[in-house]
Amino acid sequence: MGSFEPILTRNVGVPNSEHIAVYLKRGGYTALRKALKMPPDELTAIVKDSGLRGRGGAGFPAGLKWGFMPKEPVTKYVCVNTDEGEPGTFKDRLLVEHDPHSIVEGVIIASYAVGAHRAFVYIRGEFFLGVKRWIKAIEEAYAHGFLGKDILDSGFDLDLSVHRGAGAYICGEETALINSLEGKRGEPRMKPPYPAQIGLWNEPTLVHNVETLANVPHIVNNGADWYRSIGTERSTGPKLFCVSGHVRRPGNYEVPLGTPLRTIIEEHAGGMRGDRPLKAVIPGGASTPMLTPEHLDIPMDFESLVEVGSMLGTGAVVVIEEGTCMVEVARRLMDFFAHESCGQCTPCRMGTRRLKEVLTRIVKGKGKPDDLDLLETISAGIFGHTLCPMGDAAVNPVLSSLKHFRDEYEHHIQYKRCKEA
Amino acid sequence: MATDAYVLDPAKRSRLLTALYIAQEQEGYLTPEALKRVAERLDVPEAEVYSTASFYTLFRTEPVGQYVIQVCTGLSCYLVGGAERLVDYLEQKLGVKPGETTPDGLFTLQTVQCLASCGTAPAMRVNDELYENLTAEKVDVLIDQLKVRAERWAALNRS
Repeated sequence: MGSFEPILTRNVGVPNSEHIAVYLKRGGYTALRKALKMPPDELTAIVKDSGLRGRGGAGFPAGLKWGFMPKEPVTKYVCVNTDEGEPGTFKDRLLVEHDPHSIVEGVIIASYAVGAHRAFVYIRGEFFLGVKRWIKAIEEAYAHGFLGKDILDSGFDLDLSVHRGAGAYICGEETALINSLEGKRGEPRMKPPYPAQIGLWNEPTLVHNVETLANVPHIVNNGADWYRSIGTERSTGPKLFCVSGHVRRPGNYEVPLGTPLRTIIEEHAGGMRGDRPLKAVIPGGASTPMLTPEHLDIPMDFESLVEVGSMLGTGAVVVIEEGTCMVEVARRLMDFFAHESCGQCTPCRMGTRRLKEVLTRIVKGKGKPDDLDLLETISAGIFGHTLCPMGDAAVNPVLSSLKHFRDEYEHHIQYKRCKEA
Repeated sequence: MATDAYVLDPAKRSRLLTALYIAQEQEGYLTPEALKRVAERLDVPEAEVYSTASFYTLFRTEPVGQYVIQVCTGLSCYLVGGAERLVDYLEQKLGVKPGETTPDGLFTLQTVQCLASCGTAPAMRVNDELYENLTAEKVDVLIDQLKVRAERWAALNRS
């Protein structure tokens, strides 16, 4: 794995990497020049061929998403999802702060491909530096003629602006993001219709995660075959993995999809921080079911993780050592989900609160014998019964920790204290 | 294209979050008068403005201190053993519990979950600035700096 040269993070660590002069010197905006000379359909075909899948959590094929946009010259929009909030995830922040132009270039190419002349960046309200970097990069792109009217004499026009969210995890869900851009409560919409049909202000809209768009210039420059040569057959390309928790070197590591979990934890993140062995891993952010040491050799790609009952999610690897109370881990995550439930669907709004109450009393040694059944019953009442995937996401930490560490829950209830204490 | 009958201008409505940010900057929080003004300027019913403002955690309808300290108590910050210690330390140092403001109006202590700094835990935000890899020493230095800054600002306003 040592031979892999970073693609998405190639500019991270280069002095002043956020400035357009540095980006241009390092080959930036060559993909845009190339793209603007191609028919838009051909670009969509290349992205489809590349196998690029969304990096925001769902892993939906990007080229298909572009293809869903209507071909007619109607009003269309493109949105950049910078609402990174999944606990454990800090990759989009890195890209926006250190290489914003790679995303700007990706947005312009995507907008040209789908025929949109207006694009919006939706950024998490807490990312103050990110907001500044976005605004500066967009100003620079306008000054160099990469945005605005008749971009590089191609006849293509595009305006791009930044919009700040205000603290709501759910706005990372694309239809909630659209409502928030419209100045409304960030509550997800019913799907279908999908944003490609009815999105921002009821017009066709393409929403992409930051990391997804950062891949686009590289695909245009080097071609679909090159991109497919990285990763696995169905999970192509590079991926940023955010490693945190009990490892020696937490941080962002860019590797090809399909890299074993063990390589990411042991080689890149330096292994466990101390003498305590590995107990559990959350492989793709708070929403993804936990894994145990037996899964260490799993290839980190979309399919392999589904096979073991989890998900790649955002690629946020949270490493947990022996001695950690897994009920407390579940409680803490539920505290997050209960707080972030938008409140629109009753199963999620009420269910996450009830789960939090039950988990809290178990942690405090006040659990009742039938509480584990109760956790499962409440979870079943939420799973599959909400408008957006957050309901399913919220029960994952509970059900997966119950599956792997049921004895710990039982110990808490029986002896009124933690087995790990 | 608006689906909501009362919204005459969707473009105007889409300025609501930005308007709320600007309004909040005036007093440090959204006063009832500020919410009313935003509603009038954007032709959005007051109840809708309040409903939207209350949805987002960065909008406040109660006064806060000059510096709002948000300590991350998310999973990764908890795992590295920093989150709770940091909250305890700040509670002692400032003499307030999470959700409270110091009597001099300088600091409001809050706990939040996940600031996307999991690789640099523990972390916290003070107003819009992010601070990472925190230790008690770093917090001491920071709080002292903020006090000096507040003092200078007050002196500037007096002169």
